[in-house]
Amino acid sequence: MTDVSIVMLWTDILLWILLVVFIFGIRSIRRSEQARKQWRKIFQSKIAMAAGLILSTYFALAMLDSVHFRFIEQTTSVDHSAVEPWSLQALQQDFAEFTGNLVHDELHGKTLSLLDLGMQHLILSTERTYSAPFALTEYSTSIVYNEEGVQQQYKLLKYAGQHLQDGDTISADVFLQTLYVFVFSLFTTLVFWLVHGYFRIKAFIFRRAGQKLEPLPWKTFYLTLFMLIFALSWLYHLSNFYHVLGTDKVGQDVLYQSIKAIRTGVMIGLLTTLVMLPLALFLGISAGYFKGLVDDVIQYLYTTLNSIPGVLLIAAAVLVMQSILNTHNDWFGSTEERADLRLLFLILILGITSWTGLCRLLRAETLKISQVEYVSAAKAFGLGGFSIIRRHIMPNLMHLVLIALVLDFSGLVLAEAVLSYVGVGVDPTTPSWGNMINQARLEMAREPMVWWSLLSAFGFMFILVLAANLFSDRVQWVLDPRAH
Amino acid sequence: MFAYIIRRLFYAIPILIGVNFITFALFFMVNTPEDMARAQLGAKQTTPEMIAAWKQERGYDKPLFFNTQANAENKVIDTLFVQESIKLFKFDFGQSDSGRQISADIYERMWPSLAIALPTFIIGLVTTIAIALLIVLFRGSPLDTATMILAVTIMSISGLFYIIAGQVLFSKIWHWVPISGYQPGLEGVKFLILPVFIGVFAGLGTGIRWYRSIFLEEMNKDYVRTARAKGLNDLSVLNGHVLRNGMLPILTGVVVVIPTLFMGSLIMESFFGIPGLGSYTIDAINAQDFSIVKAMVFIGSVLYIIGLVLTDISYTIFDPRVKLS
Amino acid sequence: MSKLLQRNYEYPVLSLLNLSIQVGEQTLVDKVTFDIHKGEIFALVGESGSGKSLTSLAIMRLLPQALQITQGSIELQQQNLFDLTEAQMQGLRGKKVAMIFQEPMTSLNPVMTVGNQVAEVLRLHLGLKSKAAKQKVIELFNEVGIPEADQRINWYPHQLSGGQKQRVMIAMALACEPDLLIADEPTTALDVTIQAQVLQLLKKIRDRRQLSILFITHDMGVVNEMADTIAVMKQGKLVELAHKELFFANPRHSYTQKLLADAVPKMQDKQAGSGEPLLSLKDLKVHFPIKKGILQRTVGHVKAVDGVDLEIPKGQTLALVGESGSGKSTIGQAILNLVRSTGGEVEFFHSADDSVTMNKLSDRAMRPLRRKVQVIFQDPFSALNPRMTISEIIREGMNSLQVGPQTREGQNKRIEELLVKVGLLPEHMQRYPHEFSGGQRQRIGIARALAVEPELIICDEPTSALDVSVRAQVLNLLHELQIQYGISYLFITHDLSIVPTIAHRVAVMQEGKIVEQGEVEQVMRNPQNEYTQSLLASAPELVRKALKVA
Repeated sequence: MTDVSIVMLWTDILLWILLVVFIFGIRSIRRSEQARKQWRKIFQSKIAMAAGLILSTYFALAMLDSVHFRFIEQTTSVDHSAVEPWSLQALQQDFAEFTGNLVHDELHGKTLSLLDLGMQHLILSTERTYSAPFALTEYSTSIVYNEEGVQQQYKLLKYAGQHLQDGDTISADVFLQTLYVFVFSLFTTLVFWLVHGYFRIKAFIFRRAGQKLEPLPWKTFYLTLFMLIFALSWLYHLSNFYHVLGTDKVGQDVLYQSIKAIRTGVMIGLLTTLVMLPLALFLGISAGYFKGLVDDVIQYLYTTLNSIPGVLLIAAAVLVMQSILNTHNDWFGSTEERADLRLLFLILILGITSWTGLCRLLRAETLKISQVEYVSAAKAFGLGGFSIIRRHIMPNLMHLVLIALVLDFSGLVLAEAVLSYVGVGVDPTTPSWGNMINQARLEMAREPMVWWSLLSAFGFMFILVLAANLFSDRVQWVLDPRAH
Repeated sequence: MFAYIIRRLFYAIPILIGVNFITFALFFMVNTPEDMARAQLGAKQTTPEMIAAWKQERGYDKPLFFNTQANAENKVIDTLFVQESIKLFKFDFGQSDSGRQISADIYERMWPSLAIALPTFIIGLVTTIAIALLIVLFRGSPLDTATMILAVTIMSISGLFYIIAGQVLFSKIWHWVPISGYQPGLEGVKFLILPVFIGVFAGLGTGIRWYRSIFLEEMNKDYVRTARAKGLNDLSVLNGHVLRNGMLPILTGVVVVIPTLFMGSLIMESFFGIPGLGSYTIDAINAQDFSIVKAMVFIGSVLYIIGLVLTDISYTIFDPRVKLS
Repeated sequence: MSKLLQRNYEYPVLSLLNLSIQVGEQTLVDKVTFDIHKGEIFALVGESGSGKSLTSLAIMRLLPQALQITQGSIELQQQNLFDLTEAQMQGLRGKKVAMIFQEPMTSLNPVMTVGNQVAEVLRLHLGLKSKAAKQKVIELFNEVGIPEADQRINWYPHQLSGGQKQRVMIAMALACEPDLLIADEPTTALDVTIQAQVLQLLKKIRDRRQLSILFITHDMGVVNEMADTIAVMKQGKLVELAHKELFFANPRHSYTQKLLADAVPKMQDKQAGSGEPLLSLKDLKVHFPIKKGILQRTVGHVKAVDGVDLEIPKGQTLALVGESGSGKSTIGQAILNLVRSTGGEVEFFHSADDSVTMNKLSDRAMRPLRRKVQVIFQDPFSALNPRMTISEIIREGMNSLQVGPQTREGQNKRIEELLVKVGLLPEHMQRYPHEFSGGQRQRIGIARALAVEPELIICDEPTSALDVSVRAQVLNLLHELQIQYGISYLFITHDLSIVPTIAHRVAVMQEGKIVEQGEVEQVMRNPQNEYTQSLLASAPELVRKALKVA
């Protein structure tokens, strides 16, 4: 018997709120013809299409990693025969059994995300220590006592290449598996293409006559989709047989860590903007629109905050936060919750220290817009300050906000690594690229070098940041009238 | 000019008071002296007497903002806030947890920081502007496209990667330069080459993109059309007209940084074992030494404000439309 | 006659043959052919988008990269410019062909002294050393009429007035004694008195140096003043080419006839009569404080409007004329309470004996009056919020001021009616402003104002950003609406030529004060004030003739 309880972490809730906001955003884009055209134009670029798809994949993985469960085994056993079939009780029992089967016995009582459910084998296949990608033995020798006496020997890994028969080579096996994955990916992409094709044909038939739409680069889309599916399923499939990206000092699978770190990176990139946006919008617009004393106060506020070097302010705040968490052990129940709280605080701190740039930008733009004649016309209609801000100023600022958001995202993901290195990043138990780099730093000094942890972290981070940068370039090009 | 600088510094006082208040709020209100004492003395086996003694030793036993026991103006003055503020404004940062004078440490560690930060800044600025001008000259060509792709790639890779990869390649594998260390004087140059090179390289991506967009914007201005109509060639237009006008927006972003070069770089100094203010700070953060972090925050803001004043002054030199008044 | 004959034996300075310019598939300039002879002022006339500026840039070979010259040739002194390398062309620019532009404010490098900018040409093409160059610059400045030349060469552009900046541009163009000067709307951005001076200067230089000038403009008044030969462009095509006398006496192409008709002011002889007052300004003052120092103390005031008395009668138009900076727009904003007046009264008359002092009201008390007084702006591009559809723009006032039907369907019907009334189509409702031309946008602006059924519309230079033919249409529309609804206008303008077409009465403003006001005919034909006289004297002859200015 297993009981499932949903664990709501603070950052989970925020991320799902963000998703709701995002859905509303898409709805409002769909409603406005102008916005729809602009977004279509953004995705008309092949690079933006590919980058957007990669970003979505990262976000999707982060979302999957943000639904947490805890499976608790119940000691009381129930007599099956005593329960009437098809009763509510029976259904509950069946459900409990079903969920019980979802999770490996050893993981009962642990907090797991949806993503973890699919990667249980990676959590369980913990080795003793370092092993290189696709290795069958440990990376360094250990002293073994056996019948031949004391020996230096590379110990075999427990969870790598177990399926290999005598005489099988790794490369031949990997080649075969790759072939299998390739066919699978091709097939999956084809399914996507067919389903999508059905809707496109339907849309084509019902399109208004004479309506001409610029074509989107679907070829690029499917190429990227195929590559993504192929890469992910290759990693996933082979991870059942090998440590594809090796293991770290305590034998944990590096692929698992790299994928788990996606959530942290995406969280920091997205949620920070969620914190900073209302501040920047409210203060920036107020300063620009009401001018005078309000403006002076807000300008003073951001000049003061700006004058403190960013890293130092964050460091100081995080230090203080750590010391608070240390003295308030009652705020959280488990280590996960503690780590989560620390992530939340880090996001809050990053948000509070990073609103000044956008605020200044919005202030300047609001000052400009409030001088424009359509605002005078609105005033001549007796519209109040609030309506003018809502109807005339906000819509004309949104492109700046959007550009700032996509631009900040990549910077924040990179900042996470640096902050973790400085010691003021996320909790050391939280999987993050920064923590991986931080730990792997000393490994580079070893002879021979342990390079895979570091490279995996950099690789996963690089793809995300590059995609974000390329996407933001396109967004800026389309939305910023000055860019032309 | 002199009067203007004095007045600008006068403007800076409220900002410094604000900074002072923020640091005070962080280090004394959010994190009370009580907590500090407990953290310092170890969580267990601390008696209230020990805490009280610890606080008294540092003068942390005073009330935060308002002293009801004192008389007259001392009600305000004899408080933790005012006392701590006075110390900061006198640049008297007290002792670190290890018992050293912070001010002396800072003075000593300033120079190694500068030894790395200044060359990185100057070489970086010159290189990026030169490259940006070059690709503006060849705008729209494959060279432009290739450089921009390279720039996006450079800026998408974490700075930590450049440091680690640089150390492994140049020091560990090729043995061109020492992996880390510092030595004052000319012999120390060999320690500086790698960090400066990496610092410049890591900044190329962002820099080139930024300067390129500034110069391209200038290229579309009317005065450039006039210059072409005069018969100037592309190079003279860039050199004689675009560069000087483009310097104005560049100044805003660049001059403000100059004073803060003293602060060094946390990451660089810690990776390369430079005994500068950056590694000083990072050590303090790891040791949770609040006094040092507080001092660095204050100094950082002072330097930033000096940077703002310098920016204004530089404008009056480069932009004839701005007059000091 | 002898002069004409003589020309035939000389080769033209500039000769265009079948010049065509395309962007993608679209033809912007279509087989343009003309010659310019020595000492001739050749006016290239057309409305925006006619391709006249592109033609001039093509002569300089300074066209943007996206544009392509698909056929034709340009010969300067029998030298085909398209045969030259870019380096050779650079040797020609500024030496043989020079150019001056419309915006003297932005056309000079802001961080370089004007003397240096002129000297740059001399150094480049004539190889003059710094001392000789400086001497030459001072000579040039003297020639183009910049006072204290030896001082001013060290000045920066922002220290000079607009007219003087244009003189610097001319000095720069003349520096190497070019064969051809291209002047692209050189006086459009200038006030009328300055415009007259600059035109005078160009003519003088032509006479003195036998310089050929390609003069690009949209203003028929200026053409009449300046040109020897006139070419009219429409949508990339040259539609008419004639000598000045022939051109004005007997325009052949219908487009030219229309352009000329629209450019000449028509005396409408509107009877001002003694209408009941609708709005009256008494001793209105708007002063802006000048703040200085650390504590932002007020050290003085800019007296934008300084004691103005005006009266706008019901159903009539008062034209308020003045140059830039005279404070005429500030009056409009003060009436609308968009800027706070410092003193005096703005009185609105519901009827002869029921009036409110508008500028003393709070925002709340002002609201019922907002529907009575509306406004149309100068720049049709910034007057409409780019993120709103036309129906949202027009609906805004109806909702805010509770005017007209309050149901959505009712409003939609009303918006359709309004659009039709201002000459647009009902299906334009769901479009966005950027889909319309300048003239159409100005119509939308008018519809927006009409939506709340105002009694007074303040028209703040509503036609100065429009082409001549569009301008005439908009003025016509305003006129019809006045007759239909009895609306009063306060028509703020710098353009004397449209005053008689639209106004019953006119007031002339200078430096915040009204220097003269009265009925249009009286003020125009027999101005009493010195400033009014100088304004009228600066107007192009074409305008003066039509106004029959004494």
